[in-house]
Amino acid sequence: MTRPILAVSGLSKRFERKLDVVERFARRLGASVDDSVLHAVSGVDLAVAEGEVVGLVGESGCGKSTLGRMVAGLLTPSDGSIQWRGTDLRDLPPAGRHEANLKIQMVFQDPMASLNPRLRVADIIGEAPVVHGLVPRREAAEAVAEMMRTVGLDPGYMRRYPHQFSGGQRQRIGIARALAVKPDFLVCDESVAALDVSIQAQIINLFMRLREELRLTYLFISHDLGVVQHISDRTAIMYLGRIVELAPTPELFAAPNHPYARALLDEAPRVTLEKRRFAPIRGEIPSPLNPPAGCPFHPRCPHAMPRCSQERPDLREVAPARWSACHLNDTL
Amino acid sequence: MTQPLLRVENLQTHFATRAGTVKAVDGVSFDLRRGEILGLVGESGSGKSVTGQSILGLVDPPGRIAGGRVLFDGEDLVTAGEKRLRAIRGRRIAMIFQDPMMTLNPVLSVETQMVEAVLAHDKVGRAEARRRSRDALGRVGIASPEERLAAYPHQFSGGMRQRVAIAIALLHSPDLILADEPTTALDVTIQAQILFEVQTLCRDTGTALLWVTHDLAVVSALADRVAVMYAGRIVETGPIADVIQAPRHPYTRGLLDSVPSRNRRGVPLRSIPGMTPSVLDLPKGCAFQPRCGRADAACAVMPELPENGHAWRCWHPHDADARGAAA
Repeated sequence: MTRPILAVSGLSKRFERKLDVVERFARRLGASVDDSVLHAVSGVDLAVAEGEVVGLVGESGCGKSTLGRMVAGLLTPSDGSIQWRGTDLRDLPPAGRHEANLKIQMVFQDPMASLNPRLRVADIIGEAPVVHGLVPRREAAEAVAEMMRTVGLDPGYMRRYPHQFSGGQRQRIGIARALAVKPDFLVCDESVAALDVSIQAQIINLFMRLREELRLTYLFISHDLGVVQHISDRTAIMYLGRIVELAPTPELFAAPNHPYARALLDEAPRVTLEKRRFAPIRGEIPSPLNPPAGCPFHPRCPHAMPRCSQERPDLREVAPARWSACHLNDTL
Repeated sequence: MTQPLLRVENLQTHFATRAGTVKAVDGVSFDLRRGEILGLVGESGSGKSVTGQSILGLVDPPGRIAGGRVLFDGEDLVTAGEKRLRAIRGRRIAMIFQDPMMTLNPVLSVETQMVEAVLAHDKVGRAEARRRSRDALGRVGIASPEERLAAYPHQFSGGMRQRVAIAIALLHSPDLILADEPTTALDVTIQAQILFEVQTLCRDTGTALLWVTHDLAVVSALADRVAVMYAGRIVETGPIADVIQAPRHPYTRGLLDSVPSRNRRGVPLRSIPGMTPSVLDLPKGCAFQPRCGRADAACAVMPELPENGHAWRCWHPHDADARGAAA
């Protein structure tokens, strides 16, 4: 692989809840109450090559959005580093870090929640490039029109407000806003999840066209395996804050290695001709406040061995370009 | 053939708004037999949820049922009084909503709510009501139901809450369950668990199920028959395998073709152009014609939906054998 455009190593995010007054008082009286720490993301290593689309899949609470937000600079990592084109963001001077942050933009799930309802589309899309000095203010309208054409919106609507658009169009506005500052890297967090199937297909096609035209790199976060399978070159599967499997998409979907990946792929609904007997994996996702020791999946895993509850498996290369975190790979 | 358990005939549910009358459901008809699972599929605004609500008379003003009949075991629920409906709701027809917190009261324990639901329809003692509640929780796969009865809804996870809602729906062994997107908010592993329970229950108890959803994939694995709605009307209906294998209506076909996993990786998805129309401003005739590649002058007249079997509401249906999408 050539030098990655973005690499994270040992990236972690912990959210801590401080004790409230009553609990502090209880502790002073001798009760054993501690700050509760939620490990949203624990020690994630991931490198993304220029022009690549990496899909990030997982269920609610697995930390995929937190990881995306750290990459996009919206959250500060608790540990670990983010390297942009080979340089650790922390080592960059403020101006350089500012520039790197501008090159990484984010597209959110719910455009109604991420677009300011009181701003006209022209301002939503045009504000950032003017503020950052990429476009002189008097040319802003022309730049907005250009951006709207890029994402398939009629520039005649630039004086309208977000509520005057349909869901699919609003998502296009969100994409146009992200693209307005000429990013190289987009973090797409469930960007098509809220859309109807027929509209979702249009937006996925738009993402794929923009990738070609603007030479973009994506970190595509989704819970929808079908979408990720379609759009991404490589897929990473997360469980309880860790990547449990990372592989080229066709290989991963053809033969998942990690038991969780297998379960996830088996249970994803597909349009089928035969009726299916659902044979679900048991149990629920454990709370990240109190993750199980050893392999986080072992309480639900059909292949769990004694070792799995004691020792956490590392993400290791089990075949060329295929990474998996499972002890079974040692025994076979 | 025996009489169907549920027969919906030319159902029309309208909403009077300032901008005009919205015909959210405009002439929907279908049958549901005992023990059968029917998937009612459509996108936002297609009228699928309002159809489900209309069956139990749960449409809030300004909505009202403007016409048609809902025959449940031969009895018309549209003309039935509120008292009669109350006797049927929860006992013979139960409903499961997308958000279980709509069903559950956050300040009452699960036991209180379940016992109340039992006593609403049956004259039994508290102990008996409690026993039935516990058994219902056990049937939907909740571990240690005895202890969980005392818990409050917020102490359950999303998937568990939905199980509790399903358990409440099952308390009176209803003949029919109306499920409105019950797994949409859940993760796939949890969704698979719920689908598994529902599938097992319908097979074991002979309960009929109307499963309202936008998700074709779930319906394809679960349902016996499917009805696809667009702009307040059913545009195609039939046995699930026939519809999935050879969709005849261009909209159904477009929907199936838009599903990412049915497309070759990396190539653009076949999408339906345009967007779902406003129900206030529908074209004359077939509502799908502005987005349809096959539309012509004939489409200005609304095609009829023939009865029985695999049927479609289209003047220019696709051929049965020419299946474009690679499975």
